[in-house]
Amino acid sequence: MKWGAFALSSLTEVPIEPVPARKNPLIALVGNPNAGKTSLFNALTGSRQKVGNYPGVTVEKVSGWIELEGEQVEIIDVPGLYSLSAISTDEEVAVDALLEGENKPDLVLYVLDASNLERNLFLFTQLTETHLNVVVALTLTDVVLREHAEIDLVALTKHLGCEVVPVVAHKNEGLKELREAMIRALQDPRELELDVGFPKIITDAADRVVEKVNRWGIDMKPKEARCVLLDEHCTTGDRFRNIPELWSVVEEERKVVFGQNVQAKTLDAQSRYAWSSKVKKDSYIPPSVPRGKTKTERVDAILTHRFCGLIVFLLIMYAVFQSIYTFAAPFMDWIDMGKSALAGAVGGMLEGTPALQSLVVDGIIEGIGSVIIFLPQIMILFFFIAVLEGTGYLARAAFLMDRLLGWCGLNGRAFIPLLSSFACAIPGVMAARVMPDQRSRMITILVAPLMSCSARLPVYVLLIGAVIEPRFGSVWAGISLFFMHFIGLAVAIPVVLILNRGWFKGKRLPFMMELPKYQSPRWKDVFITVMSRAKVFLVTAGTIIFAMTIIIWALLYFPRGDEAAFQKEWTAQGRSLDEANEFEHFAEMRQREDSILGRFGRTIEPVFAPAGFDWRLTTAILAAFPAREVVVPAMGILFGTGADVDEESPSLKTSLQTATWPDGRQLMTPWTAVSLMVFFALCCQCMATLAAIKRETNSWKWAWFAFGYMTALAYILSIAVQQIGRLFG
Amino acid sequence: MTERILTAKDLKRGMKAKVVSIVEDDDVLCPRLLELGLFPGTEFTVVKVAPLGDPVEIDLRGYKLCIRRSEVGCLRLVELD
Repeated sequence: MKWGAFALSSLTEVPIEPVPARKNPLIALVGNPNAGKTSLFNALTGSRQKVGNYPGVTVEKVSGWIELEGEQVEIIDVPGLYSLSAISTDEEVAVDALLEGENKPDLVLYVLDASNLERNLFLFTQLTETHLNVVVALTLTDVVLREHAEIDLVALTKHLGCEVVPVVAHKNEGLKELREAMIRALQDPRELELDVGFPKIITDAADRVVEKVNRWGIDMKPKEARCVLLDEHCTTGDRFRNIPELWSVVEEERKVVFGQNVQAKTLDAQSRYAWSSKVKKDSYIPPSVPRGKTKTERVDAILTHRFCGLIVFLLIMYAVFQSIYTFAAPFMDWIDMGKSALAGAVGGMLEGTPALQSLVVDGIIEGIGSVIIFLPQIMILFFFIAVLEGTGYLARAAFLMDRLLGWCGLNGRAFIPLLSSFACAIPGVMAARVMPDQRSRMITILVAPLMSCSARLPVYVLLIGAVIEPRFGSVWAGISLFFMHFIGLAVAIPVVLILNRGWFKGKRLPFMMELPKYQSPRWKDVFITVMSRAKVFLVTAGTIIFAMTIIIWALLYFPRGDEAAFQKEWTAQGRSLDEANEFEHFAEMRQREDSILGRFGRTIEPVFAPAGFDWRLTTAILAAFPAREVVVPAMGILFGTGADVDEESPSLKTSLQTATWPDGRQLMTPWTAVSLMVFFALCCQCMATLAAIKRETNSWKWAWFAFGYMTALAYILSIAVQQIGRLFG
Repeated sequence: MTERILTAKDLKRGMKAKVVSIVEDDDVLCPRLLELGLFPGTEFTVVKVAPLGDPVEIDLRGYKLCIRRSEVGCLRLVELD
């Protein structure tokens, strides 16, 4: 017992039973939102972190390892809490992490924001009722000093009854002392005892309850009785839940104490706040000169101003959005070039075995490439999110936008995931983690893929260029392009309303947040965020995308067509086999047509006929289900201009304009073009998005739900466009 | 000191108010307001109003909290000046 001599023997602590042997000690990092928890977690664990999910919920479990005196200690970053009475899923998870029997931590590291003692101590008073071993890390002391205030550490320690260690995580100050305090607390565990000073009438009633209950041979402590008296949902009372006699005793005492009018919970909160404001008065020494406006207040005068605030917000969002587009583009091109080069080199080596060559080139290399291609966008977006969050601007953005998004059941924070989804839904879905609660996070994830991502643009450009522009001129072309970008957003609003009212009904969660003080971003935290997001994407979503690519490859590759039969068909059309390139396209198209997926396309052609799509458009749509990027090359193959086309190719435009139904009717009427664009705007043709949804919601169910509702919407609305169009001729 | 009864939509920047009582018993919202320190007797100042009118930021107990007007609905408030 190296540290035994240092034990705070003068404090009213009682030793607790050691938790039954676990392989490694477990420490939980607990505190209010914005208390500096994550920064401290990063400083303690560095890169030794693991991101997973709590079972059954979308809440992410972040844990890491630290070494204390040669022993590996697991430390979990528990979601931020205001109180132990959880109202959201995230809070339930956090509370369970603290109180659940076998997961109960050996030590709670309570993160206390020195600049907001009074409110931060409320949760602390609740912790003292839960038989936990606690060390306090006092954060944001640098902010207190900057404001020319001071903290009396001796007074604070005396009030709190446990060790209090001031830390400034991003400067690595106090970390050594904190580790030493953690070692002491682990070696000599003590249950926190604290007298908040509840009114005598309450403590007397609690004593009476204890007396009665003890007479039945049930062990109950006065603080447990008090907790149960003041709050029927009190977590401390859980172990007494199934003793009905006890609850009638409690009911009786409640009537005696409170009569009919006073609410017990109000009294509970008032007592705790009375204590915490006394602690603050004794240990927080305010600045001697009256402070002027702080930096944050001066900056906020501009950034949350009625006009300037909105303009700056739009500029910042524009910069973020443009960066995802522009900065990612060269990296994506390089990845694409690297993929082609690798495919060329490896393909050459495997010339002799066509099936293996196709598997490696079109399956494996394509699959890996289609995973890595998303990394630049994800990393750039999370760089901005980490910087905006670290500086404190993200909360301002939510404050500014809440009215706009709040009325339909989301909240201001949904702006970033939805905006990023206009570049790509995958970073958008991943960015939904900025949402503070599971319900709004879920809804944001489910509507994010409706936003018109950059992969839909080529389809719009092709169809508008081939059909709309020649007939109606460039003004209408511009208007329709603009409109196509908004259709997803317009459809998202009723979807959110329905999900909110129908699906995720239940308790309405209050929207409450704080605008933290501005600070320069901590680059270490930014780096850790970007790297951990990239890793999460590669490891979990990436493996799914890769597997699905291989499956799609197989569906298009098998069964193998007969090359000789294709040659016969080709020459029967009066074409020569000397046109090697054209024949290759033809053979490729025939192979796809005869593949499992192609046959399926033929079979379900009648299903898409009401939308005005023939078998070629239908097959192109089917081929684009794994990733909508392939639709333009697929149309190139199917309309006989070859796969080597893009949305600006005149040859593809001409083939589309001249394509007809077997009876000679024109295929690409303006209504068919609009109908096809609406289908592409709404349909979830992106398996990478589905993989991301699976990762983020921790369930295939929601991935399939997103796929199902979007495909249904796309199908119904494209038919509606075509049919209404026919009415107008 | 004059006191005037306030509703959530009356809250304006710079206004000082006091919680008099809890009117509505919403079993999710009201407990959370209590836990954040908004109970009878608490005084606060409106620091900011978002450009679109909602939410508002209030200063109470030495910290600031953003809250939607609809969520102040279960508190009975009076204006202080």
